Amino acid sequence: MRKVYGVPGGEVLELDYPAVADYLTRFLEAELAWRGYQKALVAVSGGVDSATTLALAARALGPENVHALALPHAESAPESLEHARMAAGAFGVDLEVIDITPMVEGYAGVRPDLTPYRKGNVKARARMIVLFDLSMAYRALPLGTGNKTERLFGYFTWHGDDAPPINPLGDLYKTQVWGLAEELGVPEAIRKKPPTADLVPGQTDEADLGLSYRRADVILEHYLKGYPDAYIEALGYRPEEIRRVKELVNRTHFKRHLPTVAVVSTTAIHEFYLRPLDFRIELP
Amino acid sequence: MVRHAVLQLAPEKGQVRRNLARLEAALLELAEDGPQVVVVPEAYPTGYFLQGGVRELALTVDELAEALDDLHRRAWEGPLDLVIGFYEKDEQSGDYFNTAAYFELGGRGLVHRHRKVFLPTYGVFDEERYLSRGHGVRAFDTRFGRAAILICEDFWHSITSTLAALDGAEVIYVPSASPARGFSGPRPANVERWRQLAMSVAAEHGVYVVLASLVGFEAGKGMSGGSLVASPEGRILAQAPVFEEALLVADLDLARIPPVRYDNPMLADLKSGLPILWNDLRRVVEGL
Repeated sequence: MRKVYGVPGGEVLELDYPAVADYLTRFLEAELAWRGYQKALVAVSGGVDSATTLALAARALGPENVHALALPHAESAPESLEHARMAAGAFGVDLEVIDITPMVEGYAGVRPDLTPYRKGNVKARARMIVLFDLSMAYRALPLGTGNKTERLFGYFTWHGDDAPPINPLGDLYKTQVWGLAEELGVPEAIRKKPPTADLVPGQTDEADLGLSYRRADVILEHYLKGYPDAYIEALGYRPEEIRRVKELVNRTHFKRHLPTVAVVSTTAIHEFYLRPLDFRIELP
Repeated sequence: MVRHAVLQLAPEKGQVRRNLARLEAALLELAEDGPQVVVVPEAYPTGYFLQGGVRELALTVDELAEALDDLHRRAWEGPLDLVIGFYEKDEQSGDYFNTAAYFELGGRGLVHRHRKVFLPTYGVFDEERYLSRGHGVRAFDTRFGRAAILICEDFWHSITSTLAALDGAEVIYVPSASPARGFSGPRPANVERWRQLAMSVAAEHGVYVVLASLVGFEAGKGMSGGSLVASPEGRILAQAPVFEEALLVADLDLARIPPVRYDNPMLADLKSGLPILWNDLRRVVEGL
């Protein structure tokens, strides 16, 4: 007699990338439209997240309505600018290069104690200043490029790279961004290189975080859904990896919120007075 | 045959007048198809996610009826039945509800009002923080037959459609607003779930199911659409695309219900069997 074995159920990180690409394209169209924008601005680092965001923006708005910015610093890896050009070329978007060295070094000059780590944050915030200034100059909405993994780990500069008002990739883990990038035709050289914030020479994300994205994303998905550690360990993950994931998530909740306000009334914003960000009423 | 049209529209948040004008434009577009019943999604006049803004934007049923009467006079010749979801302010109590109403425009006016019983308050949803629950499900008579209204999560509990069918409904109208989630397949998981639910409810009771599902993005949450009409044997007669506005037109042949139920007499069996289960049902409910 035939025996038929069932497939065990489990959490699935693999997505239908054509469907995701279609959905995120619609997201960009709709979220720009009600804000009154036809154009978008993307800071392109040479990495896979911003290249993927650029691809989506070009799809949603047409390449002629997308401004790509490369914002190198003298200490940035030359490869980053090369890959930014490659991404812009792949999606037919003009790339504007603005060197942030004078901005950053201007500040570094008045604070000789600036450490490489602090300087990395200054670079990210200098890029934010340029992005928002050119947003106004070009009447183009800045797009965020942060993925879910780095958002959960707090692996970004607060009020720096997290500042743009809309973000198509923020609910996709890094491994899912890789899948989407392939679907959208992001060049292999960009998809396959080790991810780096390129804020400090020689750094890579996985060395900073102390674990690989592929392993971190599976742990995160189970942790966020409430699976106990023992369950995650049984999937083949080490206790120290699980601990590291939980540590990174739990020391950075503040970075995913607006600043803390002392509540004194029953109309405290976001505590008592709750409105979605797209809320508006018709006035007479 | 009763010609139905589902208006799968994307409202602009909080823009009640503009959204009703859009509804009017959609009716004009539909005039050549001659629908007799038009079904509009949950919370259409305002958009779905309002949080505390419900109290700024909720309408009384009379305010909505007046706006729809005006719109009907301008856009339509002859009577038109219209099912629409909206946030309702009860004039007497001042309570707020997630409501859908059946209007016979150019006729009896308000025929039936269903206030959502199952208010999702989990995950991305927070309805019970801002709204009161409705307290009943009942079928009602339209000029074409007998119908019931269930709103969104109401329909995800099979007991509500069971009640509606036992109460004589031949058509169940389901205005909904369903944010897309679950992208491991070509259609979002919630859209698949809606399809399965509609097919199984329709087939179990031998009823038509008309789902009107909102579209449009609301601060990152993409309302999925995929409105549909399911036949009494559980086939999908028409389905709108996901994520985009669409007008779905389908004819409901109510005369098919008796023969379909004769072949698959689940509702008749339920009527016979339910009294046998009544004591256990009461025991379980009283033990909750």
